[in-house]
Amino acid sequence: MLRLEDVGFGQGAFALSADLSLAPGKRVAVIGPSGAGKSTLLDLIAGFRRPGRGRVFWQGRDITDVPPDRRPVAMLFQENNLFPHLDLMRNLGLALRPDGGRLRASDGAAVEAVLARVGLEGLGRRRPGALSGGQQSRAALARVLLQRRPVLALDEPFAALGPALKTEMLELLREVAEELGALVLLVTHDPQDAQRFAEEVVLVSEGVAQAPVETGALFADPPEALRAYLGG
Amino acid sequence: MKATTIFAAGLFTAGAALAETPVLTIYAGDYVASEWGPGPKIEEMFEAECNCDLQFKPGDLLPRLLLEGDRTEADVVFGLNTDVTRKARESGLFAPHNVDLSPLTLPIAWTDEIFLPYNYGHTAFVYNTERLAEPPASFEALLDAPDDLKIVIQDPRSSISGLATVLWVQTVYGDGAEAAWEKLAPKILTVTKGWSESYGLFTDGEADMVMSYTTSPAYHIIAEEDRTKKAAIFPEGHYFMVELAAKVAGTDQPELADQFMAFLLSEPFQEMIATGNWSIPAALPREKWPEGFRELELPEKVLFYSEDEAAALREPAIEAWRRALSR
Amino acid sequence: MARLSALLAALAVAGLTLGPVAAVLVRAGGWGALGPGEVQALRFTLVQALLSAGLSVALAVPVARALARRRFPGRGVLVALMGAPFILPVIVAVLGLIAVFGQNGLVNTALRVLGLPGITIYGIHGVVLAHVFFNLPLAVRLLLQGWLAIPAERFRLAASLGLRPWALFRVLEAPMLLRIAPGAFAVIFVICLSSFAVALTLGGGPRATTVELAIYQAVRFEFDLGRAALLSVIQLGLALTAGLVALRLGAGAGFGAGLDRALPRWDGQGLSARITDALWIGLAALFLLAPLMMVVLRGLGGLALLGPGTWEAAGHSVSVALASTALCLLWALPLSTRGGELVGLAGIALSPLVLGTGLFLILRPYVNPFVLALPVTTLINALVSLPFALRILRPEAEAVRADYTRLAQALGLTPLAWLRLVLLPRLRRPLGFAAGLTAALSIGDLGVIALFADPDRATLPLQVYRLMGSYQMEAAAGAALLLLCLSFGAFWLFDRGGRIHAET
Repeated sequence: MLRLEDVGFGQGAFALSADLSLAPGKRVAVIGPSGAGKSTLLDLIAGFRRPGRGRVFWQGRDITDVPPDRRPVAMLFQENNLFPHLDLMRNLGLALRPDGGRLRASDGAAVEAVLARVGLEGLGRRRPGALSGGQQSRAALARVLLQRRPVLALDEPFAALGPALKTEMLELLREVAEELGALVLLVTHDPQDAQRFAEEVVLVSEGVAQAPVETGALFADPPEALRAYLGG
Repeated sequence: MKATTIFAAGLFTAGAALAETPVLTIYAGDYVASEWGPGPKIEEMFEAECNCDLQFKPGDLLPRLLLEGDRTEADVVFGLNTDVTRKARESGLFAPHNVDLSPLTLPIAWTDEIFLPYNYGHTAFVYNTERLAEPPASFEALLDAPDDLKIVIQDPRSSISGLATVLWVQTVYGDGAEAAWEKLAPKILTVTKGWSESYGLFTDGEADMVMSYTTSPAYHIIAEEDRTKKAAIFPEGHYFMVELAAKVAGTDQPELADQFMAFLLSEPFQEMIATGNWSIPAALPREKWPEGFRELELPEKVLFYSEDEAAALREPAIEAWRRALSR
Repeated sequence: MARLSALLAALAVAGLTLGPVAAVLVRAGGWGALGPGEVQALRFTLVQALLSAGLSVALAVPVARALARRRFPGRGVLVALMGAPFILPVIVAVLGLIAVFGQNGLVNTALRVLGLPGITIYGIHGVVLAHVFFNLPLAVRLLLQGWLAIPAERFRLAASLGLRPWALFRVLEAPMLLRIAPGAFAVIFVICLSSFAVALTLGGGPRATTVELAIYQAVRFEFDLGRAALLSVIQLGLALTAGLVALRLGAGAGFGAGLDRALPRWDGQGLSARITDALWIGLAALFLLAPLMMVVLRGLGGLALLGPGTWEAAGHSVSVALASTALCLLWALPLSTRGGELVGLAGIALSPLVLGTGLFLILRPYVNPFVLALPVTTLINALVSLPFALRILRPEAEAVRADYTRLAQALGLTPLAWLRLVLLPRLRRPLGFAAGLTAALSIGDLGVIALFADPDRATLPLQVYRLMGSYQMEAAAGAALLLLCLSFGAFWLFDRGGRIHAET
């Protein structure tokens, strides 16, 4: 269980509070108006921001003060998910050897395998600049596979992709999450993504991240805040 | 393997030599020890007679000595100028030289017990005869020359020759020095940090005359067989510039230091120093000077301030210069 | 870890600058008083430094912009060559300038042939001209780097939006300039603050007295260490004020990361833009390269006159330069932050004379200074090159941190892996440039300190002065040419190394 217990975060006029629990293995969409604090919620979970009050727990363990790399969370950002000057082998290899050391043969094989898994077979020597946007997203997902963390936090990583490509990536994400048995938190501003992908939805609005609600039920009877966001 | 043995053997002999041969450490002006300075020749000549190891340490003479105080490793200081002797004397760091001064052939009387002169010259404006056929015949004529006659001088606050220039004008014009500088100001193309920059500008043809020494033409005559560089001799007289050596009181090689001081006035040294340092030997009759030096036109009247006079006049003279040229 | 190394690096700078001042002060037994004319010297120092830095940066804008958006054969060589004045030893450069702008120089000769009145280089305009000559190359390179650091994707976006030149300037170029220019101004301002020989030689007399000259006088002639300490602290204060102002002004954000794609530029392809760019590049090249050509011409004859001593000195200079470069980069990396850059400025702001005297006082009781001639020179060279290295590295280092820190954190990269795999490779171009500049500056630097001079370990610039001091003007010109070639060679090699596979 990922639990945010009476968490509060403030920065200037901006404030976000959250008191909620998410079950392992669930696919959760985080939606809400722009600027409401979706990315901040992810940052609090991934450890890039520290809450002003409250605690964060994973499976009963307090991880509030644990640095990002030692949290059970793998994160994909809106951009800059790959180092442009390193080829895919090295980019992905960093997930296995964060000290940048030489990859063992088994590591190399693991990288090749995940690349093949996401459909990038044989592209290990390419740099990100030589890949299409979809291929870059696939490479980033491949690295998540290598990181094998029980929580995946994705901050609109596919926002720049076309509809068909995005559907494809969400499908791939679902497969990856299933393989890992991971809890997925997907920030999106597209309600269709949420409906297509997520089992539960966390609505962030007016400074509050609400407790997750089952997707079908939520969209069947949207609360006031969601109605406002959906534009009616 | 072989290389290591040779290296080790080298270290050993060097060590042994160090243990046997006494070292005479001489602080000298930076130019002295360079391959064109007199240092290498002095080292060769003196080591031939002293059975010692003479080592030049170049750099800022007096500032370093004053910073080090009586912990200095210097035995002798070579290349002081009269503008610093008072400060040097007050430091109490120097001992009498005990050298007989009767062989001196300076144009002024010299009786200093501490500072021993070894060569001299005079301030003078040097010009190129091909560019300036008729140089001003006197200081007064220079002041009255048209303003398109361009000269370069050195800053008295950063250069010894610059300071000598200011004192020169002071001896010639006294209270009128500031007015004299004012008349000279439009002719001064620029003022440089040191002598080298000025002389470089002059040889590049930037200026008609450069503030330098009466001995400068000797270099061109002897080394380049060029007789177009001449010093303009003024009847008002020229300021005397002398270079001095002194024995450090706390030396751990007093005999060697004494021997070196005596060596400075010896004939072989004096014959060498003319072309070694491009200056007039301090203790050598004119007929024994090298050929090119005997050709030099030298002033009849030589001006010089005693140490105390110079110390008193220095600041007002520099201020007068600064005020006149800042206008 | 990163914070600790930054702290250590900053402490080293502070210790090396404040320590010597303190040593000088202790020895002097207190502050001295300002001498006559020193208020005027202070005013002149400030005015010329402001003018020089302002003009250098202002002129660098169109030149760097032209270089950033034009591709032509020989562009790389031209960019590198135009950097050369900055690394020339002062006296060599001044004589080169005089050969062009002096009484007997090319310009006046041409004017005479045309029957026009001559110009004079001597006066405050000459000082500013010389400082612009020295520093325009630095400003151009810093701004050029800024332009190149705008990801090509942004220009593509601008092109697709069909932005007009003015809009493009406002949207992309002006924010970059606001970020880069204040820092460039500050560095150049601080260099010009401690100008001495240039100001004096071209200033035409005591009107052009700078604070550094007053320090020189106090240390070398009057042995008034208290006054020297006071003056150098004033100088330091001015420099740090300039640094603080620049930091405040240049606080804008970067442009984010691109994908390292080399994309052609679409803007500025009109005829008038091409002509303007060509004019700016041509004028800058002429201004910067003509004096260099004169240095080369004057030196050719003297090359044959160089003795073994000069070659040996050249060897010393090269090894000192390599060591200084390594040290400087090690020093600069942890300091490549806003605060670090301010601390680094102290390195050039402190009078070398006071620095040398202070170090001498500190070290003399323990070691023989002669033994330390080359190590101390290495250290000081690294210290005085630090502000330039930081100016070059800081903006890009911050951009790398802004773009990739979270990713590195998410991956749990170790500090060493971050350095080796991310920071160093991402900074390759600025590192190459910084290394080249440091190496060249170290070769061209006048052995900083006469107090530590060693007869057997002269460096090449010292040799040039010695040759000039011994009437060997022709050999000195030859040695200066050798110096120019070595400095430039070192600069070229490092800078080139940083730009291989990179589109500059």
